[in-house]
Amino acid sequence: MTSDNGHHKGANGASKKDLKVVGRPFRKVDARAKCTGQTKFADDIVLPRMLFAKLLRAHEPHARIVKIDASKARALPGVHAVITGEDLPLSYGILPVSQDEHALCTDRVRFIGDPVAAVAAVDEDTAFEAMNLIEVEYERLQTITSIEEAIMIDEPRVQDYGESGNVHKKVHLEFGDLDAGFAAADHIREDTFFYEGNTHLPMEQHAAVAHFDPDDKLTLWSSTQTPHYVHRALTKVLGLPAAHIRVIATPNGGGFGGKSDPFNHEVAVCKLSQITGRPVKVTLTREEVFYCHRGRHPVLMHVKTGVKRDGSITAMDFQTFLDGGAYGSYGVASTFYTGALQTVTYEVPRYRFRGLRAFTNKPPCGPKRGHGTPQPRFGLEVQLDKIADDLKLDPAEMRLQHLVKPYSLTANYLRIGSMGLGKCIEKIVAGSDWKNKFRQLPYGKGVGLACSSYICGAGLPIYWNNMPHSGVQLGLDRQGGVRVQCGSTDIGQGSDSVLAYIVAEVLGIDPFDIRVLTADTDLTPVDLGSYSSRVTLMTGNAALQAAERARELLSAAVAEKLSLPVENLSFADHRVFDVENPEVGVAFAEAVVLAESKFGTIGTVGSYTPPRSPGKFKGAGVGPSPAYSYSAAIAEVDVDAETGLVRVERVWIGHDIGQSINPMLVMGQVEGGVYMGLGEALMEEMTYRANRNVVHKFPSLLEYKSPTTHEMCDVKTYLIEDADPNGPFGAKEVGQGPLLPVMPAVANAVYDAVGVRVDEVPITPEKVLAALRAKSQGKPARFGPKGVPIVEWPEPLKVATPAEGGDGREMPRVAIHS
Amino acid sequence: MPERTKQKTHIEFTLNGEAVEVAFAPHKTLLEVLREDLNLMGTKHGCELGECGTCAVLVNGRSALSCLVLGLEAEGRSVETVEGMASPAGLHPLQETFADTGAAQCGYCTPGFLLVAKELLAANPRPTREEIKEALCGNLCRCTGYIKIYEAVELAAARMRGEELELPREAVYGLD
Repeated sequence: MTSDNGHHKGANGASKKDLKVVGRPFRKVDARAKCTGQTKFADDIVLPRMLFAKLLRAHEPHARIVKIDASKARALPGVHAVITGEDLPLSYGILPVSQDEHALCTDRVRFIGDPVAAVAAVDEDTAFEAMNLIEVEYERLQTITSIEEAIMIDEPRVQDYGESGNVHKKVHLEFGDLDAGFAAADHIREDTFFYEGNTHLPMEQHAAVAHFDPDDKLTLWSSTQTPHYVHRALTKVLGLPAAHIRVIATPNGGGFGGKSDPFNHEVAVCKLSQITGRPVKVTLTREEVFYCHRGRHPVLMHVKTGVKRDGSITAMDFQTFLDGGAYGSYGVASTFYTGALQTVTYEVPRYRFRGLRAFTNKPPCGPKRGHGTPQPRFGLEVQLDKIADDLKLDPAEMRLQHLVKPYSLTANYLRIGSMGLGKCIEKIVAGSDWKNKFRQLPYGKGVGLACSSYICGAGLPIYWNNMPHSGVQLGLDRQGGVRVQCGSTDIGQGSDSVLAYIVAEVLGIDPFDIRVLTADTDLTPVDLGSYSSRVTLMTGNAALQAAERARELLSAAVAEKLSLPVENLSFADHRVFDVENPEVGVAFAEAVVLAESKFGTIGTVGSYTPPRSPGKFKGAGVGPSPAYSYSAAIAEVDVDAETGLVRVERVWIGHDIGQSINPMLVMGQVEGGVYMGLGEALMEEMTYRANRNVVHKFPSLLEYKSPTTHEMCDVKTYLIEDADPNGPFGAKEVGQGPLLPVMPAVANAVYDAVGVRVDEVPITPEKVLAALRAKSQGKPARFGPKGVPIVEWPEPLKVATPAEGGDGREMPRVAIHS
Repeated sequence: MPERTKQKTHIEFTLNGEAVEVAFAPHKTLLEVLREDLNLMGTKHGCELGECGTCAVLVNGRSALSCLVLGLEAEGRSVETVEGMASPAGLHPLQETFADTGAAQCGYCTPGFLLVAKELLAANPRPTREEIKEALCGNLCRCTGYIKIYEAVELAAARMRGEELELPREAVYGLD
């Protein structure tokens, strides 16, 4: 359905100023329910005779399970079932290549928090008591606690698959002649960076309710971002036909990527309900949410970049080392993502990426807002700041001179669409008075700039198939009601509202007159889920197609009735009318009656499949997207050289949204992204005690520091609307992109303020002080990792770049060596 | 684990302006009593340890973390939850402005913010941005970055004072 003509028009050729709904600040369709306490989150569901479940979690980080004795728990009055690993022998996992999880561990526990048994009882207290009566005998195994250990210690293995030993995955991709690129450089920089892991911390703890009915059909309500993938996992693990399983994603009380995997507690309550014949609910404690994790991977990086005197990049060589924790999760994709999007902001003519993911005895890492991109973006943007410093160039000007071109193909075969980064930079540079502040503020005050880009949906689904990524069904009833059904999941970002806005725009009705029904595998067509910033673009396009098809049916019927050419009809203000003679027309409801009389019941469908990626090499599946959003940020900081405390006073941010479907909601996403970036920059970290036990230091909301109103800075936002032909009405993503430039902008501002580099996040007072101390002792004025492990990388997969005449395929090996 | 009495205790209190009586196990928190025994699911929980502000309610007009208050302590007092904020005449101005400005994204922390903001405006009808930040600093929100929440509180305060106020253009569309 997307127009290929490179310029954008609204539905039915309407120009932007004619839009009645799109681009306007309507409240969300579910906003009032949320402000009156009426929204039903998963834990708000109560069913008659419902039992409550608890999961017993391992207190050993790595151990063989010798024996589980649940007899005392089973004997406790009020307990209806206790299950262990042998009740759920089949494994699952979000990616087809890493089906490494069991709902309850079968033979080994791999991190503190890995579940070994589950209880269903009449109330939570009884379930808790029973859980504590289960006796587990463990035989301790050596723990793997870090990337370095995982590389050095092959046995015992945390997982029995992967590259070798405790290395899960190694990737080596080379695009173009790197040697020639570095030879052409006037200046080469090599830096190492470390990005500490952190977690999503949604305010809602995960919860799920399962109910097997007497017809042996299962319904699961769960706070999940990916009901379709949970549906698939349950089909596999429970051995039931998919048609007997219904997954309903309840509105998520925040997700940020943390509710995107199928989870053990979801599987456990389904099994417990199957055994007991009663509904079973589980609600995780805050501590358990920390163990579910799937958050930001800790990443150690080495970045080598060659530049000309003007700052243009001649070659880039990027190495990443990811601490994956104990399971695969999205990790293979995360690994590729740490190497994919370096090329979509500035011209990088030759590029090499080497990535390694390690298994360690920690809660599994996965996708958090920005999935695999914030870490390398931090390294890249801080290094560019250093390069500008080396070359005595203004870092904003330097970036502006070498932006990637719109509608071009990068060295690693990512197709760029609209590209508003230049405008983003120009806006924030002017708005912040950058030219009068950079390197000119008094000691302790500083400004720093960084840019970024993010995908608007992953180009490929998680499991291989040729079907659409998003489907929408539209039903029109003869009294004028419109129903939109879509598998997409509202996690607070407003995806339900986006569906209503787009359909309302096309059909000329009020978004609040539309019934939106989402995230129910029985009732809604598949949408892959709320991840990879895909929903506005993909479900938006599917909704647009369904609505345009409905409009065609209505137009045909009304045109016949009014004896007018179809192209004369316009839809607005609940009417279908003659554009040349607006008083001639019918009410929308009457148009539906005419259409139903002519065609029968009115329902249409729309679907969306992303364009094919130009890259054909192995690994080309991660990075391609129908469009890329762009962001640029300037942070202004105050650094106390006595305490090392960094205070971010203000962030100016420009975000290229393509076209706002609702600018107010876009603003909210930008501000929320800056907020979360600020937490990652300054305070948030998943860290573990240094002894062999790998105990999480602080699995609580109090001790895991996140920004309160006191830490949140002022935000000055500029929305750049550079419409993308692949987006609905030109829209691009905003849920994840604006987080990305914040961390490097803060790090660069700290340098501007006090002249030291903290090449690591979070930038805590201790690290700032250590860098200041090093500086005062005449050592390099820096805090950060000293280097990266030396590892044997696989032979590179070599691909000639488009500029070298490449076709996106791997070059034949023989040609490489001849 | 120490023995817990299963004997229920019985109390009367005022809930959202109406007299209620309820029986529950005496160890239960007000949060649990509201959700489990009175079926008012509008009050949410984020930690049940008094760390996040999500479960805030008003007890005799003062904000309290219902996860740290025993249900028993409600005896004879007046408790207000998010369900009690709207009237037949319409939403409370705070509910309206939170909905209209996008201050509720996922909406999970929203009830707690609404009640703490209500307490603030009762004491201070014209709070500065700094006073709003101070009042709300015990409530965590992971979605909004708090800014839309400040704007919603400011807008509601103005409307409650009878002033016409709209959001500044830059809050809705960004800076030009």
